[in-house]
Amino acid sequence: MNRVDFKNIIHAEELKAKNAPTKHKIFVCCGAGCISSGADNVMKKLQEEIKNRGLEDIEVVPTGCMGPCNQGPLVKFKPGNTVYQKIDCVNIGEVVKSQIVDKKPLEDLLLFSEHREKPFVNAEEDPYFKKQLKIALKDCGDVHPEKIEDYLLHDGYKALDKALFEMSPEDVISEIKQSRLRGRGGAGYPTGLKWETVYRHVNDQKYIICNGDEGDPGAFMDRSVLEGNPHRILEGMTIAGYAVGANKGYAYIRGEYPLAIKRFEAAIKAAKKLGVLGKNILGTNFSFDVEVRIGAGAFVCGEETALIASIEGRRGTPSPRPPYPAESGLWGKPTLINNVETMASIAPIILKGGEWYSEIGTAKSAGTKVFALAGKINYAGLIEVPMGTTLREIVFDIGGGIQGDGQFKAAQTGGPSGGCIPAEHLDVKMDYEELMKLGSIMGSGGLIVMDENSDMVDVARFFMEFCVDESCGKCVPCRVGTKMMHDLLQKVCENKATQLDIERLEELAVYVKECSLCGLGGSAPNPLLSTLRHFRHEYDTRVQPVRKSENLVHQ
Amino acid sequence: MIVRNSLQDADLPQDDPRVKQLNVKMKKEGYKPDALIEILHNAQNSYGYLPINVLRYIAKVLRLPPSRVFGTVSFYHFFSMKSKGEHTCLVCTGTACYVKGAQKLLDKVEEKFGLKQGQVTQDGKIGLQAARCIGACGLAPAVILDDEVQAKVSPEDLISKLTSKLETHEQG
Ligand SMILES: Cc1cc2nc3c(=O)[nH]c(=O)nc-3n(C[C@H](O)[C@H](O)[C@H](O)COP(=O)(O)O)c2cc1C
Ligand code: FES
Repeated sequence: MNRVDFKNIIHAEELKAKNAPTKHKIFVCCGAGCISSGADNVMKKLQEEIKNRGLEDIEVVPTGCMGPCNQGPLVKFKPGNTVYQKIDCVNIGEVVKSQIVDKKPLEDLLLFSEHREKPFVNAEEDPYFKKQLKIALKDCGDVHPEKIEDYLLHDGYKALDKALFEMSPEDVISEIKQSRLRGRGGAGYPTGLKWETVYRHVNDQKYIICNGDEGDPGAFMDRSVLEGNPHRILEGMTIAGYAVGANKGYAYIRGEYPLAIKRFEAAIKAAKKLGVLGKNILGTNFSFDVEVRIGAGAFVCGEETALIASIEGRRGTPSPRPPYPAESGLWGKPTLINNVETMASIAPIILKGGEWYSEIGTAKSAGTKVFALAGKINYAGLIEVPMGTTLREIVFDIGGGIQGDGQFKAAQTGGPSGGCIPAEHLDVKMDYEELMKLGSIMGSGGLIVMDENSDMVDVARFFMEFCVDESCGKCVPCRVGTKMMHDLLQKVCENKATQLDIERLEELAVYVKECSLCGLGGSAPNPLLSTLRHFRHEYDTRVQPVRKSENLVHQ
Repeated sequence: MIVRNSLQDADLPQDDPRVKQLNVKMKKEGYKPDALIEILHNAQNSYGYLPINVLRYIAKVLRLPPSRVFGTVSFYHFFSMKSKGEHTCLVCTGTACYVKGAQKLLDKVEEKFGLKQGQVTQDGKIGLQAARCIGACGLAPAVILDDEVQAKVSPEDLISKLTSKLETHEQG
């Protein structure tokens, strides 16, 4: 297929969509959350209902995650963007009747009806969506993840077309640099610079890796994009391949996400069939192929050098850097590794320009960030906001506040490598720098809200236990240090610790941070240090007085 | 010990459909050692776990030292060399589920069935495991019962679901 054919296909699809007899489209959220609350059955029942009522001009589309998972299963009607919540096989009939037949929205089941004086018929007007800006997640919830034609109707593969025919690889890189996009996998390294480094390393074989390991327990952003809009990631990877001069890519996806794996593999097949992936893409002499690699449940495999070992079929232990993967990565070749969300942001940047993207967000952190809200928050689910949105806006305006009558105590970001943000810092502007100042990190986007029932020492213990389990054992500071810190934290939790133990904890934290081989150990003390910093009194109130004899032993 | 005897009894009955499937997978991957993890996934899918003779067989066919295969299996949490029980109950102990009381679920199952994480009941009917986040954090606490995700599970829910699994089991 060449460029003209491609344009013709898009044109034909657009015509087909325009002239389709379909007046209404009903979107059923089939994200992981809604499926576990029964979306599959709702989908079946809905199709039956439509058939029984003879409403043939209605199209039912299963989609990826729409956002407010806690209110699911969700069903959206277009035109009008009317969203209904907590749909089951019983009330779906009523909804169809009143929305389509009687043309009157069913107020009781509208999204957030229990919390709004007057729920919005057009969900986009609800503050939940109004405060958000969706770029990476934009089409999740609107496209059929297994239909490439649907993606084409949402500007799909247009960015690839633009990059291949109107831009040189250098142009693509400078566009990404201009966008000031930073890696969304945690560390926030400037994406354009990374691409340039890989581009500069001359080699006849280079690789692209999309990191979909999503190891942070309590985060599901990457999963939702992989499941909801896999073509967007494929497109991003292919553009990356063109820019840095690679012709082979790997998508490393967690084994815990079978649906994401299935949809991504289907997307690869469809893209190859269409000619936007594989040999001679769109008739050019650029070829790019993608393979899926399935993770096997090891947090450390999210770390780039460990991930490479795992793709090579070995134990996923990290190696010292340098050399960085950009120079010597997969099978010793220059390799570009980017997170799923980073890849999902590429196509819009190429289409709308780096300048457009760089104007969103804050001075040092451009663009938007996806957060996975969970914990004691009303509207747990997936959101995307401009960088610099305050934590208060996220938790209260978007997230609907704390569940029940609880009080906000802290929000945990960055998972086992991050820290807690206490209530007095609710007005922090969420970007890489500000979070760092508070002793936390942006991380991949997990945001867990805790209320006054959470015991912060136990939270630190919980994350330390996670790091003990997940330490690969290669380096001593991490393997032994995390275990020692865990045991000391356990002692504090059981009210058996003394002031000396706290001092030992602080000392160990520094050693482990400084001496570990990779980022797992390097950041393992973070939750401990951050709870010590913001919730010291919870440690102090449990500490036992030091007995004289003990004091002597430890001096 | 494992390593010394490794290649003895490294053969599997070739008419077993699971072995056939494994052979197809290995062939498809071109017997490349770097596809080891994919191949192990495939084997675990069909056997439910990774029996030791299957690992020896894979090592032999891929021409890898058995230590390399065992080393890889033991590194990754996803792989198990023990049977997981006829019904599996996987309790998520990721952060969101922890905040929402996953520990209570584990405690209750222990109280009722005497099962700890990683154990299987004596009759082999129920196996209890824990996972670090299954990606349903919005609906915490989450449990996967025989491949089906259960959302917002209370300890009582879980016990009644497990009990009914056992009952249907007896009838079937
Ligand atoms: C222990 C550890 C775990 C990590 N886990 C992930 C992960 O699950 N997903 C991810 O994208 N990056 C993870 N990273 C970061 C990667 O090493 C790497 O920086 C990232 O994938 C680069 O992509 P980006 O520049 O697009 O962020 C992890 C790092 C460490 C040290
Ligand atoms: S923490 Fe349990 S599903 Fe994510």
